[in-house]
Amino acid sequence: MSKLRISSLALGLSLALAGTASAQDVTIGVVGPLTGQYASFGKQLKDGAELAVADLNAKGGVLGKKIKLEIGDDACDPKQARAVAEKMVGAKVPFVAGHFCSSSSIPASDAYLEGNVLQITPASTNPQFTERKMWNTFRVCGRDDQQGGVAGAYLAKNYKDKNIAILHDKSTYGKGLADETKKALNKTGAKEKMYEAYTQGDKDFNALVSKMKAANIDVVYIGGYHTEAGLILRQMRAQGMKAQLISGDALVTNEFWSITGAEGAGVLMTFGPDPRKKPTAKAVVEKFKAKNIDPEGYTLYSYAAVQIWAQAVTKAKTTDPKKVAETVRAGKWDTVLGPLSYDKKGDITAIDYVFYIWKKDGTYSEL
Amino acid sequence: MEIFVQQLINGITLGSIYGLIAIGYTMVYGIIGMINFAHGDVFMVGAFLALIAFLALVAIGVTAVPLALFLVLLIAMALTSLYGWTVERLAYRPLRHSFRLAPLISAIGMSIVLQNYVQIAQGARVKPLPPLIQGGYTLIDNDVFIVRLSNVQILVVVTTLALMAVFSWVIARTRLGRDMRACEQDLKMASLVGVDVDRTISLTFVIGAALAAVAGIMTLLYYGVIDFYIGFVAGVKAFTAAVLGGIGSLPGAMLGGLLIGLIETFWSAYFSSEYKDVAAFSILIIVLIFLPTGILGRPEIEKV
Repeated sequence: MSKLRISSLALGLSLALAGTASAQDVTIGVVGPLTGQYASFGKQLKDGAELAVADLNAKGGVLGKKIKLEIGDDACDPKQARAVAEKMVGAKVPFVAGHFCSSSSIPASDAYLEGNVLQITPASTNPQFTERKMWNTFRVCGRDDQQGGVAGAYLAKNYKDKNIAILHDKSTYGKGLADETKKALNKTGAKEKMYEAYTQGDKDFNALVSKMKAANIDVVYIGGYHTEAGLILRQMRAQGMKAQLISGDALVTNEFWSITGAEGAGVLMTFGPDPRKKPTAKAVVEKFKAKNIDPEGYTLYSYAAVQIWAQAVTKAKTTDPKKVAETVRAGKWDTVLGPLSYDKKGDITAIDYVFYIWKKDGTYSEL
Repeated sequence: MEIFVQQLINGITLGSIYGLIAIGYTMVYGIIGMINFAHGDVFMVGAFLALIAFLALVAIGVTAVPLALFLVLLIAMALTSLYGWTVERLAYRPLRHSFRLAPLISAIGMSIVLQNYVQIAQGARVKPLPPLIQGGYTLIDNDVFIVRLSNVQILVVVTTLALMAVFSWVIARTRLGRDMRACEQDLKMASLVGVDVDRTISLTFVIGAALAAVAGIMTLLYYGVIDFYIGFVAGVKAFTAAVLGGIGSLPGAMLGGLLIGLIETFWSAYFSSEYKDVAAFSILIIVLIFLPTGILGRPEIEKV
């Protein structure tokens, strides 16, 4: 049944991708989960890339050519991600900003490697993405070994003698992050009391919550996305469990608050320092606000991914993906996130994860 | 012990919702021998209609929770029934005398149509509803563990039991129920003795959809979050429940639903939540090996 669904989607996509761009335009791609339960993150990626392209075109595009944006939807499904990637390769785009889920970015990157496409992900944090010695993979965000390190250290410091539960959703991102956090926690000599997995897309976590309640868990660390984390929190509170919830960068969407309501207050999460507050982002943030978009979460990361590509293309004087990739690796780039530079693997140098807290009014800010 | 009681509460609530959906599968199978794969998506449509009705009621100023709840129940059941009826009329009735696989394939098509329709019309994002029914009772409170029974859980279980009672009465005591039982035994014979077969089948779909709508409302109230995809997972689980209980048997569907809910819950509680689906389906397979027609299913008697 799901196969049918995917092939029908792929068919729709191939129709959408057919007949693009005239010869004097450069077409680039942005791919994220525009449908499915993580659609709010897909929208962040799309919004960011769209504005970046509009801003670049207002200044005359790159190399004298206008940029066209091709939007792909992978629904955070690895199979669909691969299919979308093949379509992008078929449309001969030199560059894709995406994807969102690590479990999509990684299989897609193989297709991009074969098809000679440069991929800069604004949001996929799983270390594997850049660890496979591929020339075409870059990211604008941090890595889960860094993020997990920060979370693990925090747990060790504040909950040393308390009962810690670590949960994950079995996804590449979720399990990766949970394992890195566990590793960092165990390194300090502390040990979690419970390590459990749940299933993505589930709605009922009551059994798991009762089990944690019985184990007197004081703090729950979740490696997973906001929909399940929000439901786990709701069901925890409904059962009268007061434990602290801590999670990662997949909670930085206002949709988390719409799931939890007031019960989300006090939830902690790790993310890069708020990009909206950076002086370099001020003008862009205002443009978003004028369009009635809150550039939260990874929106500005997506904007930055397109910026880096455009600057590298201008510097290399070609859109040839391999040459652009070399240029990206070697240069320094002025983005909305501030100046960025890359190491050999394609990770950005100097990343700092900080803790955020969800406040009573439904917004989050740095702790 | 306390933990056992809490998990029992969790499992019965979850199982009740599965059971309500499972009835729709089992009824349709009983009468026309077809698996209505679109039923899970009818459940999803019911949940969305309930959410829209809630928001509409709030917009026109109906904020008293019991009244709003009652109205939403009526509106969602009525509209979802209409969906159930339309699905049967459009996708299955024209294929009634076609080869056996045809309605099955159009059911899968219908499932995709409903899902994509809701996705396009309502957007792909999850739709939350703030908790309407709060509070609950503390059943056991010793130093070790507090057993909580929330008002929503009471509502889910009581509504399910009440509907089951009404529904069993309809089947056993009314004209419609007699027609349905007649159709279940032999469609052709029933039509020969004056049962309006088409009408009976339509009403079967309508009742199934209405019960799925109730399950949708309960999901919305209990979990507070719905999306266009919930029909798929719930549909698979409820279908499993119907098969486990014995497809075609009404008490079997309810029993199967409860069992699946309890297996999932207790497996998560005492083993690992990672493998709860594996556990539920393994038990299904084991049961089917020893009781091929399910727990309460009657063996198919070859008619001469």
